[in-house]
Amino acid sequence: MKPVTHIQSRTAVLPDENIDTDRIIPARFLTTTTREGLGQLCFHDWRYQADGSDNLAFPLNRPEARGCSILVAGRNFGCGSSREHAPWALLDYGIRAVLCSEIADIFRGNALKNGLLAIVIDELEHRWLLKHPGIELAIDVREQFIALPDGGRIPFRLEPFARHCLLNGVDQLGYLLQHEKAIAHYEQQEQAA
Amino acid sequence: MAETLFEKIWNAHVVAAETADTPAILYVDLHLVHEVTSPQAFSELRQRGLKLRRPVRMLATLDHSTPTLPTNDDGSRPYANVEAQAQVAQLEANCGEFGVELHGWDSEDRGIVHVIGPELGATQPGMTIVCGDSHTSTHGAFGALAFGIGTTEVGHVMATQCLLQRRPKTMAIHVDGQLPPGVGAKDLILHIIGSIGVDGGTGYVLEYRGAAIEALTMDERMTVCNMSIEAGARAGLIAPDDTTFAWLKGRPRAPQGEAWEHAVAQWRALRSDDGARYDREVRIDAGAVKPTVTYGTHPGMAIAMDAPVPAATNAQERRALDYMQSRPGQPMQGTPVDVVFIGSCTNSRLSDLREAARVLRGRRVADGVRMLVVPGSEAVRRDAEREGLHHLFTAAGAEWRVPGCSMCIAMNGDLAQPGQLVVSTSNRNFEGRQGKGARTVLASPATAAASAVAGRIADPREYLVEVAA
Repeated sequence: MKPVTHIQSRTAVLPDENIDTDRIIPARFLTTTTREGLGQLCFHDWRYQADGSDNLAFPLNRPEARGCSILVAGRNFGCGSSREHAPWALLDYGIRAVLCSEIADIFRGNALKNGLLAIVIDELEHRWLLKHPGIELAIDVREQFIALPDGGRIPFRLEPFARHCLLNGVDQLGYLLQHEKAIAHYEQQEQAA
Repeated sequence: MAETLFEKIWNAHVVAAETADTPAILYVDLHLVHEVTSPQAFSELRQRGLKLRRPVRMLATLDHSTPTLPTNDDGSRPYANVEAQAQVAQLEANCGEFGVELHGWDSEDRGIVHVIGPELGATQPGMTIVCGDSHTSTHGAFGALAFGIGTTEVGHVMATQCLLQRRPKTMAIHVDGQLPPGVGAKDLILHIIGSIGVDGGTGYVLEYRGAAIEALTMDERMTVCNMSIEAGARAGLIAPDDTTFAWLKGRPRAPQGEAWEHAVAQWRALRSDDGARYDREVRIDAGAVKPTVTYGTHPGMAIAMDAPVPAATNAQERRALDYMQSRPGQPMQGTPVDVVFIGSCTNSRLSDLREAARVLRGRRVADGVRMLVVPGSEAVRRDAEREGLHHLFTAAGAEWRVPGCSMCIAMNGDLAQPGQLVVSTSNRNFEGRQGKGARTVLASPATAAASAVAGRIADPREYLVEVAA
């Protein structure tokens, strides 16, 4: 994984609460056996009309939302299934960070492992961001704050290990493999029991 | 110090303790695998030149992308598309290459991953169990710590048999009293999710306890634990007891002979100690639970079917009610039905099929209603057919299918059309979950069957009483 230290972008806003992983990527697209190319399927049934044209009522289709890589979403984003296709699709679509007052557990873990910043922020600030789409934000992963255009800062806290991995591009599988001795020891004890 | 059931299982699986900077390394006893969330993990292993650490601790099956119609005349299978077929072939190839036990098309034990794990006795109390599937919480019914993981983590477990995990919080859900007649486990869990909310369990492992939980059969406990994720909790637990042990005894992967006695003695210690502390506790009165259904687009939007649909309090709820065409102030009972689906890892076991059959016996599916019955596994299918349930379902006008996830996730071609209302025994009523534009109402097998007969959402108690008379 490449290190992720800063993200700067205008925000796009999806104010709906409980945006589930089926809405992020419908299940019928999960027959893929690779991680690539899922961006065109991201939010598929929300984003396109039945005839394949863009649904202009979908907030991310508005001209001002194009190219935004920071998504502010309603509470409990990513609820539902464990499909890692959800963060893969968002990243391939161009989203680099999701800001929310609450993010579903499995989605959050999957996102961070892929370098997608799933960041939980305070409810008051979340509410404010939901009401102000299109503002320019700068996310600082090392110092754990989001800079507002007026100089204000929104603090956040990432799980320390996830933050360490993001900053240094640490490969978590590599980290686990380094614990071979401890794992083997556990297995020996288990067998003896 | 007094410990919860969760703490006992967690502590027994810590390879390296959690610190401020690093999560715990947690050992995994059983890794369940299916075709949808594993291919990228196998590819990763191959690219890195890694092997599976303990293939004997893995169990694979085909369930999500598989057709539920029988084979074609030429012996081919009616896959929804070439991608689905290729995905299944990929898992077959991966299991062959890496040496994983696969319950594929030619296995007598193939079925939904969360149905066959317990059936084979692979699921046992005190274990840690993971799968690239959020409904892995089902196995918590046996007093196992079981949760869904993403595909990157599937790769971690394949290569190291371990996961990096922060310890979750614990929530006790005390269910006091007794469920009324005609009200079941599905009604109870929908009621619980409706009470604590679709995100009420986020960050917690739930432990269901109390008289009403102890009275549940294993199938019912699996239904309850299955839907823990629908409240945002990754895992749900029920302490193992004599009901658990009696159910597991003699199953192929369960310990046998002396080893069985030894295991049961150890399993008896798997309960929360008196005075153990939870981060949160909730009390539910089982006696107040009625036949419950969903009226919106997430499982937390659940109410008694005879209660008025609440008015929307925000734009999100308005959108959900509009999508569902649910009318505030009106009950869900009586809503016209297009499709009825009985199946999924929530409700596809033999007792679920029997429950539906009790309602359907001597009756017919209403004109214009399509009903699918999809057993959870080949074993369930065999048992049901031995009892003649397949004849009962087809005589009533329902379709009897081959085991699989089917219309729960609707990625195998089994789906509803835009606008159709589906009364479904599955676990998710998200927008488009059962087909683009399809409207899902979650319900128990009895409610689903009663609704099929009535052509409208119906109270199963009226049908169960008639049969008994």
